[in-house]
Amino acid sequence: MFVPGKWSEDICVRDFINKNYTPYDGDESFLAGPTQATTDLWNQILELRKKEKENGGVLDIDEHTISTITSHAPGYIDKDKEKIVGLQTDAPLKRAIMPFGGIRMVRSSLDAYAREMDPEVERVFQYRKTHNDGVFDAYTPEMQRARHCGILTGLPDAYGRGRIIGDYRRIPLYGTAFLIAQKRKAKDQVLPDVMDVETIQQREEISEQVKSLYELTKMAQSYGFDISRAARNFTEAVQWLYFGYLGVVKEQNGAAMSLGRVSTFLDIYAEEELKNGTMTESEIQEVVDHFIMKLRIVRFLRTPAYDELFSGDPTWITESIGGIGLDGRHMVTKMSYRFLHTLENIGSAPEPNMTILWSPNLPENFKKYCAKISINTSSIQYESDELMREKFGDDYAIACCVSAMRVGKQMQFFGARANLAKALLYSINGGRDEKTGDQVGPVRNPITSEYLDYDEVMARFDETCAWLSKLYINTLNVIHYMHDKYCYERLEMALHDEKIDRTMACGLSGLSVIADSLSAIKYAKVKPIRNEMGLAVDFEITGDYPQYGNDNPKVDRIAAEVVRKFMKHLSKHKCYRNARPTQSILTITSNVVYGKKTGSTPDGRKAGEPFAPGANPMHGRDRSGAVASMRSVANLQYDYSEDGISYTFSILPSTLGKSLEEQQVNLYNLLDGYFTDGGHHINVNVILRKTLLDAMDHPEKYPQLTIRVSGYAVNFTTLTHEQQLEVIRRTVHSKM
Amino acid sequence: MTKTVKGHVHSIETLGAVDGPGLRFVVFLQGCPLRCKFCHNPDTWPFEGGEEVTVEEQVKQILRYRSYIKSGGVTISGGEPLRQAEFVLALVRALHEEGLHVAIDTSGVYCEGVALQAAMEADLLLLDIKSFDRERAERLTGFTTDHAWKLLGDREAAGKPVWIRHVMVPGLTLVDKDSEGSAFGTEEEWREANGELLAGLRKLSGFACVERVDLLPFHKMGEYKYEEAHLPYELGATEEPDEQVVAWAEKALGEIWEERG
Repeated sequence: MFVPGKWSEDICVRDFINKNYTPYDGDESFLAGPTQATTDLWNQILELRKKEKENGGVLDIDEHTISTITSHAPGYIDKDKEKIVGLQTDAPLKRAIMPFGGIRMVRSSLDAYAREMDPEVERVFQYRKTHNDGVFDAYTPEMQRARHCGILTGLPDAYGRGRIIGDYRRIPLYGTAFLIAQKRKAKDQVLPDVMDVETIQQREEISEQVKSLYELTKMAQSYGFDISRAARNFTEAVQWLYFGYLGVVKEQNGAAMSLGRVSTFLDIYAEEELKNGTMTESEIQEVVDHFIMKLRIVRFLRTPAYDELFSGDPTWITESIGGIGLDGRHMVTKMSYRFLHTLENIGSAPEPNMTILWSPNLPENFKKYCAKISINTSSIQYESDELMREKFGDDYAIACCVSAMRVGKQMQFFGARANLAKALLYSINGGRDEKTGDQVGPVRNPITSEYLDYDEVMARFDETCAWLSKLYINTLNVIHYMHDKYCYERLEMALHDEKIDRTMACGLSGLSVIADSLSAIKYAKVKPIRNEMGLAVDFEITGDYPQYGNDNPKVDRIAAEVVRKFMKHLSKHKCYRNARPTQSILTITSNVVYGKKTGSTPDGRKAGEPFAPGANPMHGRDRSGAVASMRSVANLQYDYSEDGISYTFSILPSTLGKSLEEQQVNLYNLLDGYFTDGGHHINVNVILRKTLLDAMDHPEKYPQLTIRVSGYAVNFTTLTHEQQLEVIRRTVHSKM
Repeated sequence: MTKTVKGHVHSIETLGAVDGPGLRFVVFLQGCPLRCKFCHNPDTWPFEGGEEVTVEEQVKQILRYRSYIKSGGVTISGGEPLRQAEFVLALVRALHEEGLHVAIDTSGVYCEGVALQAAMEADLLLLDIKSFDRERAERLTGFTTDHAWKLLGDREAAGKPVWIRHVMVPGLTLVDKDSEGSAFGTEEEWREANGELLAGLRKLSGFACVERVDLLPFHKMGEYKYEEAHLPYELGATEEPDEQVVAWAEKALGEIWEERG
């Protein structure tokens, strides 16, 4: 029934897709609405979510069971109505404990929700070490200091690292029996003359992968399905694929647990059903709706401190949609529409994090439909297929928000981010922290001149970046060594090739603060105000200076140069498992926390004020309209920030055009322009300020109000109060 | 040579989506002789100020945005752009050389000589009719609308498109309350009280060149600018029209356009 090829002999999902998919150029008129079962199920979930919210954000916890692929009995929402089954625990929204990343985090999470640690679990971890324990055994005092003062923040040293995408499509396409056989064969080939560390590690890991596939098969069996064989129809394909994903989120509570690029793959099965007349469009959509519903209720147990950084209970189940194939055909299928259509059938939602791989060459109908979904739901994000295809081919997907990787062939070691705004202050203060006065960086004489001199500050900043990049990479080396050792993602890696490209995914935060600070020092006069300890704690600026976000090359060049230079520094250091360093400009919602931990900066930002998210200009400083702001962001080089450059854009519907038709066309022209100019990522919010304000006061009226923040979407009412205010304060582009 | 003509630019807006068709780069020029009581950009009134730029510099800046505006274009607005007629004319021509669509957003107050030439060469004219009552327009802005109707006639004769803009200010260009000061009970009552507006719209529908009429509900988002500039704001007590009345006006406009076919 499928066109055979290389995929028939070896694992090669890309080849299967390429030989069998049907590009779709038509519009959305073929789509089907929700069935009664869909609406019933969704209403039950809404009810449960209401209870979850009333209950302080967590509905229930199973604190007695250490979660593994097979630890929980089957769970259902409403068994007879569910076309796709499977829950993380035995009941919807009941959270599991996953202590291998860090038992400490489990303890404090349970504490936050007034639950007790089960003595039995406690006993197990008297003998079993976790990732978190390992990391802190190996950290140097310098690493601890850097972490404590927040120049390195959000490091995955106490929880699962995430950002690894299993190729879940392999399960329906091949069945687990074939996958296990292939892994065994691969293990047999890892037999070199010398049993060195790499070889031993790989052999052990493949064994773990095989075990995880057996466990997955067993878990599916408990629901009554035999996934050892390949899927035979569309519903099975979705169910098999979901089991793969479910197995992973039963065992790993990584920060971002992305799905990959599954829609066009699944469309091949759906087309077959339509061709044979074995399913109607409505039946196909029902399966898709039920699958998406399941993804929407994935939950992890996390601490309030974690929520402060990454607000809104995100799971980053990112699904990449669209793009152009290497053969020039676009990869939009009816399934691309069906996935987006779930936002209409069961309302807007932050998860799954639907990401359009945009190219000006996508079909017009699809571009228009995406624009419509953005305007109506603010739930989707866009990333440049033009930039990524060149580096990652046509079977890559996005992990988390903006991190591209070839599915099943590449992974990253998630590295959170360095606070470069703080690094700039260290350069002025001789390595001492501006908040505490502690000596964190190498001892240097502080800058003592009355006014800051651009060349002097730049030279010092470069030294600080050299020190910081080395410390940063070394810290990540510790973290990822320990994660592999104590919290290895065996099932995700079972769904990868054995030969893996690894990147060390660093990040920087505070880009617009640094760009504007350096611009102020260069083009205006900046006088540090020093306290009794000699620390520059405030700055007096005389005169105007060009600000990032106005398409002004004078300052945009500085921003691009900061990115390039930090990347150059990172590239000098040796990474664990020969990973290649990359970086992202992405903060998620942590820009608020970074700001809180950073003193006043030479751009005029006061101590404690939030940074802008991702690569966004600072609030209110982009005064030439949104497109100028987009041009400043697009000017940053993707080559030096290959792990992604995040930009969040909010606009009032009335500013985007009068009628919906005009708004749609204007929005997709805006996207075409941005991506033609080299932009990498954009979040689009089309939203009324008054809606957000009203939602703060009456959250119960807006159970599904979704907005996009840096790289992901959240349910607005689940943000912390501070973050809600920050979102509202941020430029909503409206011309008067 | 004309590319060295200088203009005084108040500001730019790189994302214009409601000032002509498609995405547009909007240049706001400094200075306006009108004193519309409902103006939300009084900071553009003074003839002095603004950044001095040559046509060449302005075009160069606009061309940076080509990937965004290629299916939209450029709108020259203000202030009253045609006060700087030579600059505008040279800019229109230079942008045409680059193959860009150009709109001019004007009150029509300058409608002779070079200003007229610029207004006629623009691909689209966004023309403000401040009031459908000649004298009220004068009280509201300092000028009658004679010049606007003249310019509309000129575009009509040349067969060149015009979009009309009309701000609906309660109590001035829009009757939104009955004689007792309460909201209208029915649409019919509202229509009866708004004969002037409806007659004005009908008059506009007689011009074949008018492609579109935008009825803009009055808003007060510019009030703070009056405070900043220490200017009196006379409409402080005027409320923004309610949604029902705006919807009735839109509906009436739709019907009149329907009749026109």
